[in-house]
Amino acid sequence: MNTDTTAYTFEAERASQMEIKTFGFWIYLMSDLVLFSVLFATFAVLMNNYAGGPGPRQLFDLPYLLGETMFLLVSSFTFGLSIVAMQHKKTKMVLAGLIVSFLLGLGFVVMEIHEFYGMVMAGHGPEESAFLSSFFALVGTHGTHVGFGLIWMLVMMIQVVIRGLSDGVRSRLMRLSLFWHFLDIVWVGVFTVVYLLGMV
Amino acid sequence: MSEIHNENMGAGRINTKHYVIGFALAVILTLVSFGIVLTNVAPKYVAAIGLFAAAILQMLVHLHYFLHLDKSSEQRWNVLAIAFTALILFVFIGGSLWIIYTLNARMM
Repeated sequence: MNTDTTAYTFEAERASQMEIKTFGFWIYLMSDLVLFSVLFATFAVLMNNYAGGPGPRQLFDLPYLLGETMFLLVSSFTFGLSIVAMQHKKTKMVLAGLIVSFLLGLGFVVMEIHEFYGMVMAGHGPEESAFLSSFFALVGTHGTHVGFGLIWMLVMMIQVVIRGLSDGVRSRLMRLSLFWHFLDIVWVGVFTVVYLLGMV
Repeated sequence: MSEIHNENMGAGRINTKHYVIGFALAVILTLVSFGIVLTNVAPKYVAAIGLFAAAILQMLVHLHYFLHLDKSSEQRWNVLAIAFTALILFVFIGGSLWIIYTLNARMM
């Protein structure tokens, strides 16, 4: 009886520690959201200032954008499946989910770098107009976040292989899932405001 | 009991069905957004309202089905934090647009 009570207290204590860490990470995400909101506000203010340069219709390709969007959305979904597998302690499924999510996320980043490279090479870099400056600042910041998410995912794959699904690894995977889904939400704002709104 | 609590770490319902529903809704809303621009039949301001409606709906879908926000007690502080952040976003973005575009109109 006595040992039972002790074990229960320990479990409860550990659970509340994890909840506190998750909540702390959530607060970080909210501060990140404020950072993005400032970039969105900057873009919204400057989006019509082409300074004689090209606008969204000349620069953006809808099917290409849809491809990017789908890469990130499917990646978010497969990461979710990885978290479900984690609840059922299926280590191999977790790893498979992480690898697929990583590759899809990498596809997104590669497409975005290719897009940026093409724009800069065509002479439409951030220095051409206020519209392009704010475009590169906002979309680039999002892309950088996705890049760091990929590095984090790579580290978690190694941890899952070496340590298995220990308490620490599970707790970190949970926070990475918040980060990854959060970036997809920001992308919904980006493709709506930055790309589509300028093309209607 | 404590283990279930521990496993979820404050995140309500985590199961495959939940993610599949969320994913399907997100794909539909994405296609609606792209469809509005591709078909190009609606007047500009109607299309813009449609785009914003689809985006806000999709964000809510992501928050509920992927980030598991709901009305449960363990989610209360997360919901409160994001509600407060939404207020800040509204002030930042709405305020910037209001000030700058008013200024722009007055300078014309």
